[in-house]
Amino acid sequence: MIPGHCGISRRAVLKMMAAAGASTATVSQWPRRASSASRLVVGAAYVGPKDDYGWNQGHAQGVTAVKKIDGVKVVEEENVPETVQVQKTMESMISLDGASLIFATSFGYWEHMLKVAAKYPKVQFLHGGPTVWKEGMPTNAGSYNGFIDEAQYIAGIVAGYTSKTGKFGFVGAKPYPASLRNINSFTLGARTVNPKAMTQVIFTGDWVLPVKEAEAVNSLADQGIDVVTCHVDSPKVVIETAEKRGIFSSGYHVNQSTLAPKGYLTGAEWNWEKVYTDYVNWLRDGKSWPHMRRGGLRAGIVRNAPYGPAVSEKARKQADDAKAKFTDGSFVIYKGPMKDNTGKTVIPAGKSYDATDIWLESMDWLVDGVRGSTRS
Amino acid sequence: MEALGWWGVPLAVLGGAIRGSTPFLFVSLGECLTEKSGRINLGLEGTLVMGAMSGYGVSYLTGSPWLGVLVAGTCGMVLGAVHASICARPRVNDIAVGIALMLFGLGLAFYLGKPFIQPNAPRLPAIPFGWWSESPQVRAALEVNVLFLIGAVLAPGLLWALYNTRWGLAIRAVGDNADAARTMGYAVDRVRLLGTVAGGFLAGIGGSFLSLYYPGSWNEAISSGQGLMAVALVIFARWDPLLCLFAALLFGGAGALGPALQSVGITSGYYLFNAAPYVLTLLLMIATSSTQRTLKGAPSELSVTK
Repeated sequence: MIPGHCGISRRAVLKMMAAAGASTATVSQWPRRASSASRLVVGAAYVGPKDDYGWNQGHAQGVTAVKKIDGVKVVEEENVPETVQVQKTMESMISLDGASLIFATSFGYWEHMLKVAAKYPKVQFLHGGPTVWKEGMPTNAGSYNGFIDEAQYIAGIVAGYTSKTGKFGFVGAKPYPASLRNINSFTLGARTVNPKAMTQVIFTGDWVLPVKEAEAVNSLADQGIDVVTCHVDSPKVVIETAEKRGIFSSGYHVNQSTLAPKGYLTGAEWNWEKVYTDYVNWLRDGKSWPHMRRGGLRAGIVRNAPYGPAVSEKARKQADDAKAKFTDGSFVIYKGPMKDNTGKTVIPAGKSYDATDIWLESMDWLVDGVRGSTRS
Repeated sequence: MEALGWWGVPLAVLGGAIRGSTPFLFVSLGECLTEKSGRINLGLEGTLVMGAMSGYGVSYLTGSPWLGVLVAGTCGMVLGAVHASICARPRVNDIAVGIALMLFGLGLAFYLGKPFIQPNAPRLPAIPFGWWSESPQVRAALEVNVLFLIGAVLAPGLLWALYNTRWGLAIRAVGDNADAARTMGYAVDRVRLLGTVAGGFLAGIGGSFLSLYYPGSWNEAISSGQGLMAVALVIFARWDPLLCLFAALLFGGAGALGPALQSVGITSGYYLFNAAPYVLTLLLMIATSSTQRTLKGAPSELSVTK
């Protein structure tokens, strides 16, 4: 989306400039509310249906947790396209429902959210995704994201133990940095168990394409792959098709174990319940908050689904040990020397990238052991 | 499971043709019937999604997927009847009504289908035609659903009926020249009503295949435009039910091509492979079109050919 073309009023521009000039700190203060007894309205916009067994359901679970807090009212809207429509949705939540905190839960909402944030400086706007807040952007805006690839690394360990063929399948939507990071971490996790492990990637081309996703799983199963995981908006079809073909699956976004009672190993999940509850509590207590909130297993922003029946004791133990290392902060996934799948060294020996490193958020390579390409 | 390697590609395309073609087939057969009677029903995308939702919902509520298929077909009949009754009014444009009904069908299906996204409904069974093979891949590819077989028999059956029965004559007469059909004593609007209702029935069944067999799940993106594609496919198949079958197989198989090629290591150009069926359609249309005459087989009462 190219900003600046759809009529911003002069007032909005002046406001933005004022906001840019006024703020130098990277931490902003929630506006203190007059009395804690007043009702807080939280708005949430989703790009798809909120019970999709996937991305949107993850966020909706977070919002449901917020609903349980006393004195909080929630307004939600599903199937909001990543166009100017989401601006209208947010403005209506603010003007009609009195929302003072907005969760914009899809990647493409970012630019739109910034525009609305500049218009409504008293409302707080939070974007779920790997977006980067910079100086000069509205100070009432921010983003939150989880290092879900840490949970994928754990899932990779579990898959590595369970697989008989040492071949894994990954159904992706697009070669987008966060997807590549998931593929790489999953493969690196599996390779700690089986150094010859191989991950075959299939990109379907878009976030929700049920027939293509089913075809992808069928093709992977035909190639002797016996564990499938994915990064699509709704993993339901992937998990169900894998179960039908009698192979193992590892979930994504939320718990899909009921869809594959036999083959579900574990899954990489978001814990937006914690993140959203934190934000609402901070807002009510008038606490300061970071413009960019990031965290993985240690911060409790991501988690793994409970192990399925096919996961051995040994696999559980190694996965739990790895989890413990993430939790105490002593482990880094991206440590040199590391080569990509074209043989080029991407991380030299001695260099390592902590999960919080911004460099990882623009990943454009696939690690050695992945069959696939980042070109479309 | 042994890896198949390159053999996986033709096998995936074959399996994809069998699995993925059924919705295309049913919608295009239905639309073929409707268009032969002289009307275009663009609303079949809505009918397809409505069929997917109602089929899944009924299967979940009653435990019988076949009852779901029947209800899906019935929903399609109702939507078809609405289309035909509105279009029977003077000076009503069937294309505009079709678009309105498509949006209506989609909206209604999303609204009523909310409670059925999460639950797990019983699905349609498959017939294992690959029993003779040792290879699990071949066995998986040759799992055939009865609906596909019904559709495959229906296609030549419809072709025969259109040209060899009194009913078929009535439909073609009404579709080719309404005035002549009227002088012959056919009730033009009633024939078109029946043609559209029957077309809606088939499209509804096609929808139930999507949710109850393959990919076998109800969600709002389940069709991703397959109903619209199937309507276009009728023109591509020159209003011939048997050609509809081949075109549906082609489109179904083409859907498997992109993923299958990636699974053997052809990792770039998947957008291009995914577009393969459309490129093929365009080429065939260009190759078979003529400036001298209208499309062969086109019912001359259709608003687009008039």
